[in-house]
Amino acid sequence: MTVALDRLRGGAPAKRHNARTIAALTANPGCTRRAVLDAAGVDKPRLAQHIGFPGNFGQSRFALARGNGFEAMLKADNCALLLSVLRDVLGLDTPEVSYDDLGEDADDTLGARHGRTRDLLAAAAGAALIDHPLLTLDVAGRQVFLEPDLIAFQVAGRLHVVEIKSFAVVDGQADSAKVSAAAVQAAVYVLALRRLLADLGHDPALVSHDAVLVCPQNFSLQPTAVLVDVRKQLSTLTRQLTRLASVTDVAEALPAGVSFDLSLPPADLIASLRHIEARYAPECLSACELAVHCRHEAAGTTAALGRPVRDALGGVDTVAEALALAAGARPPTEEQAEAAALLQAAARLRAEVLAS
Amino acid sequence: MSTLTALARAQAFAEGRAQPIATVRHLHLHDRPFVLIPYAMAGEANAPLAALAGTDRKDPQLLVVAQPRNRDDRFAFAADLAGLLVPYVDSFTAVAEAVPVDRGRDVRYRYVDAPQVWVPTTGGVDFLRLFGRSTRFRSTDGEYAVPAGVPLLGRWLTFFANSAEVPGSSLLLNAVQALSSHWATGQSSAEDAQLAALMAWLSPPPGRTVFEAAAAAEDPSVTPPAGPATDPGFDNHVLAPLLSVAEPDVAQLTEVLRAQLTPTWRLMWEALDLLRTLPPGARVPSRWDGDRDAFSAFAQHVAEGGPPQPRRDGAVAAAARLSRLEAAAARYAVQRAFDDPLVMAEHRLTGAAFAADVTLAKADRIDDSGKRPVLRPRIMVVTSEPVRVEPGAALFSPARPGQKATVISVTSEEPGKSTVLLELSGGMGRKLVAEPGSVPEVGERILLTTLSEAYRPGGALPEPDQTPWTHGGPPSAE
Repeated sequence: MTVALDRLRGGAPAKRHNARTIAALTANPGCTRRAVLDAAGVDKPRLAQHIGFPGNFGQSRFALARGNGFEAMLKADNCALLLSVLRDVLGLDTPEVSYDDLGEDADDTLGARHGRTRDLLAAAAGAALIDHPLLTLDVAGRQVFLEPDLIAFQVAGRLHVVEIKSFAVVDGQADSAKVSAAAVQAAVYVLALRRLLADLGHDPALVSHDAVLVCPQNFSLQPTAVLVDVRKQLSTLTRQLTRLASVTDVAEALPAGVSFDLSLPPADLIASLRHIEARYAPECLSACELAVHCRHEAAGTTAALGRPVRDALGGVDTVAEALALAAGARPPTEEQAEAAALLQAAARLRAEVLAS
Repeated sequence: MSTLTALARAQAFAEGRAQPIATVRHLHLHDRPFVLIPYAMAGEANAPLAALAGTDRKDPQLLVVAQPRNRDDRFAFAADLAGLLVPYVDSFTAVAEAVPVDRGRDVRYRYVDAPQVWVPTTGGVDFLRLFGRSTRFRSTDGEYAVPAGVPLLGRWLTFFANSAEVPGSSLLLNAVQALSSHWATGQSSAEDAQLAALMAWLSPPPGRTVFEAAAAAEDPSVTPPAGPATDPGFDNHVLAPLLSVAEPDVAQLTEVLRAQLTPTWRLMWEALDLLRTLPPGARVPSRWDGDRDAFSAFAQHVAEGGPPQPRRDGAVAAAARLSRLEAAAARYAVQRAFDDPLVMAEHRLTGAAFAADVTLAKADRIDDSGKRPVLRPRIMVVTSEPVRVEPGAALFSPARPGQKATVISVTSEEPGKSTVLLELSGGMGRKLVAEPGSVPEVGERILLTTLSEAYRPGGALPEPDQTPWTHGGPPSAE
């Protein structure tokens, strides 16, 4: 079923999906190009570099170091510090909380770790923390391994996904963009966990839709935990994943010559990209590695100026068309009639005011 | 986004240069602004890394944190910044003027001028707010004492950051927002958020198209970001090796950070030059008066040793603040439209305003149906613009702000043309004969709008100790 997708990559190994890339799928659901490339596991950063449109997606090593340091501090001594904040927010009142570390991240032991995660979840009772669990999720007909920061059991038997982030919560407030990104990621884990429980014959609703977000408080490294309701993100995600199932059909319908094998010359890769429709929006610039190329391709469209601009221009596709309608130089189609009248009035007003 | 602004963006793209979306400047531009470009340490909770600041374009002061993870170094930086900002702020507290209040029965004093701080982006404003939060509660004695100026800096930064939330205030401004409310570029607002990319559209370097200039502005290795976030490449390849030792080489650190910040410093002053080319709007000085009031009140609060701003407002204070912000937003929107025909054009497009020619005018019409005869002239206007008002609606004209025109009837004899009969009241003097020029004459083209500058009183709020239980009850002493 995924042969068509695998072929797109050439000989290169598939790039692993993670919660972040899955979360990004929900950012611009209308983009077929992104869906196909991600489903096929194409190395998009290298592809963008190779065709001469490198993105700017570097991460500061200071930020990485702080994130890792914060997580290590929380998990030291069998998660002593983490447990203390979780006790408050989840109401864990039993003195004994079991802690299982399923081991470090390594590609060759993925299957084994997932197996142990299943065993633990099938057997577990009582309060427990599971560190380095490994979950799976079907994305576009392909099994993807996911690694939440932690799963916590509450005494009442409810499972909570714990997400550790290193951005600060100051006086109960944090950067809204970062919180919503964390919420979408947590939703990915909740969904994967629910599907696993359903698999094991348990009630998927045992997994709480309240994910726990653990962040440094104010300007210190002192942790604080808050519950984040991810129901909205879950429903968006479920919908997008259902849509993605059709990606294989798109891939199968592509001409035989389409390939993203990075050993091909850039011109061929760009030609291949043209076969898959993209839906560029300026928001892509902060979410997708291919965005700079897509922006170049979309130059002259109203969508490249942002969705509000496109809407205000009456949904007309290109800048040239919008200006022609505004100048009355082009007869509008039936559905453009209203937009054209508005554009002409706007052009008249601008000309009148700027001339005086 | 209005269709008018969207059209300006489309025109900007097609012509390859930015297009005006305002004909006057809607903000006060100070003769001696304080420009501040903060840089933050990646990953840390709002820890400063450096700042380029000052009022002298030719002589910016560079402040550097020798080791950003070291608490003492961070507070030494805060003390240095206080040493620049606090004297600047204090320099406006020398001369005050008396303002009559309570219909002339009393006077209060306000300073004749106020400070104005400029940062590059909204991110800069957020940085200052959090930096204010992290410094204003610090104590200057005891175990964790900080240098003397630090808590004072925190209060002033908090004051500036709070006033930046008030629409129309010019105490703390950011260049990106100021520029993009006066010009439209041919790129998206996401790209405009970078000062260098925005300036590439507004004044591309000679010999370059805006598209080339914008591409160069987006490459962090060519154009360093305006902050407060640093370029990850700079962090990893330049900063990390320098900070990896216990005692970083401050001279070298200073040099690399100066190179990162200087391009933005230049852009900031060019941005101010550009804004200065626009004449100020007629209602800008009155808004600046409000800013001077806010500044005077807070300067007095500080001088009297008042407490720092609370971490969070109580329920009543928050409601009062929200109501003030809403009133300011409504007032700013109306004032912008009254000051600027290009902004008013947006309302004309939606039918909230229209330009019309006066065809009939009866300036001496007296209404004597009431107890006393009153002057109620009537005029008839004809317009080809869409008119979306009902009889009984009150219209106003920017040319005669004190006058109300009540719609008596709207008729449309031929398609695309409307005739509106209006009755005027107010703004014509106290006699039964209108002052010369106060009633529009036949042949005059006037602009009428439903927007009103009239004062709208806010809702009554309880005293803090009367906070209802639905809002948490009266605040307990912390």
